[in-house]
Amino acid sequence: MKEYIYYPGCSLKAGSKHYEESILPVFKEIGMPLEELEDWNCCGATAYFSVDDTMAAAISGRNLSLAEKTGKDIIAPCAGCYLTLKKNNKFLTSGHEKAQRILEDLKSANCEYNGTTKVVHPLEFLTKELGLDKIKEKVKNKLTNLKVASYYGCQLVRPYTDFDDPDYPVTLDNLMEAIGAEPVDYSAKTRCCGGSLAQTLDDIGAALNHFIIKEAKRKGADVIVTICPLCQFNLETMQGKIEKKYKEDLKMPILYFSQLMGLALGISKDDLGFSRSIISLKAMWEKIGNGGSNE
Amino acid sequence: MEIQRKVKFEEELDHNFMNEVQELSFSEEISRCIQCGTCSSSCPLATYMDYTPRKIIAMVKDGFKDEVLKSFTPWLCASCYSCQVRCPSNIKIADIMYTLKREAIKANVYPAKFPIPALAQEMHKIIAKNGRNSELWLVLNMYLRLKNPFGPLKMASTGLNLIKTGRMSLKKEKIKNRKQLHSLLKAVMERAK
Repeated sequence: MKEYIYYPGCSLKAGSKHYEESILPVFKEIGMPLEELEDWNCCGATAYFSVDDTMAAAISGRNLSLAEKTGKDIIAPCAGCYLTLKKNNKFLTSGHEKAQRILEDLKSANCEYNGTTKVVHPLEFLTKELGLDKIKEKVKNKLTNLKVASYYGCQLVRPYTDFDDPDYPVTLDNLMEAIGAEPVDYSAKTRCCGGSLAQTLDDIGAALNHFIIKEAKRKGADVIVTICPLCQFNLETMQGKIEKKYKEDLKMPILYFSQLMGLALGISKDDLGFSRSIISLKAMWEKIGNGGSNE
Repeated sequence: MEIQRKVKFEEELDHNFMNEVQELSFSEEISRCIQCGTCSSSCPLATYMDYTPRKIIAMVKDGFKDEVLKSFTPWLCASCYSCQVRCPSNIKIADIMYTLKREAIKANVYPAKFPIPALAQEMHKIIAKNGRNSELWLVLNMYLRLKNPFGPLKMASTGLNLIKTGRMSLKKEKIKNRKQLHSLLKAVMERAK
């Protein structure tokens, strides 16, 4: 099996700590402890493509080069980082004249890149490389009774991904099923949350996120699971504003898939970052029992 | 009421604009757009735009450079790529929106009071300097740039929730080898000149 190095990105070190706090124990539990890429820099996200695409490719190139030197491929849990690194990787290895020049600049800055690094998302690794059968073998507590809406957002499945469908992906639903939860048929699963627009243009953000949460509620979901820090952040922190604006009671827990997977693998709920939830998880705990905690 | 003239004489259009945008976006030929509207109907933000994505593509094709670069539309594109994966003519619409943002900044005609271009440029600056983003400082810098001291108040309740759950950090994140990053960005910039 190919070895991987962990690229956290800025979010997993700040507002989305609980993604890191759950993904690392999960990978340890499946026998693949992840080491962090030394001195990684920010992927540049949508900001760099909006301001300077040459610089965008260059700063992604530095990360790809750092990973190449370790001989490992990148595993990137943030869907934004995943897309950005993948997009720039494709460009840098395209042979295009502009790309060749950036590769020369990388070399002269002592971060030569030969184009061998691959970028993988944990969901892709878990469902395609490790396989659901292996995961099922390791499940200790099935999350029976829990109805989940699997929310993929946009950056993971479009447009550079080949492991799932861009409009109606299923890998996260399959993973939720493998850990005993019940995925609901969720038509809003790839509808955009607004990304970095949602917080600054909060009226638009409220409308976009309202639809995504409401659709999950109408399908009877107890929680929404996400694979992207920005989706998790928007869906969770905007609920107060949405409730006021639309005069509705939502209180929908927004979790990382790795938090639920950790519970199913028997990791204590105290070690999976659940205390960082802004929305109360009480109803969920009542449904799935103590969820593998040591209490 | 002042009636705005919307039609243009041919000599007022920029006939090279489509080719420029196409090349900068590594896109298939924009001239292949059949105006089917799949992009606009796929776009979750189209209703908030001054021109829908379909219109923008038509305007790029016909050389309405000024209108396109001054438009809010590219800045409302959240880069979700729905349009791009569905376009029957394989036009890279989301990448074209990125090109339009960059060209608008270059020509200094972007909507300067709109928060999104401010956010992008401030984030660009923070990362070029430190190598990593710091969420709190990015938001503060953005409102400083917009000269909007009350802006952060809008986020007060979110901020409080983040503090309560230990998700807010005051620290300015930095990489160790900033020297390398700076020399890389300098080399890239010098070549662009």
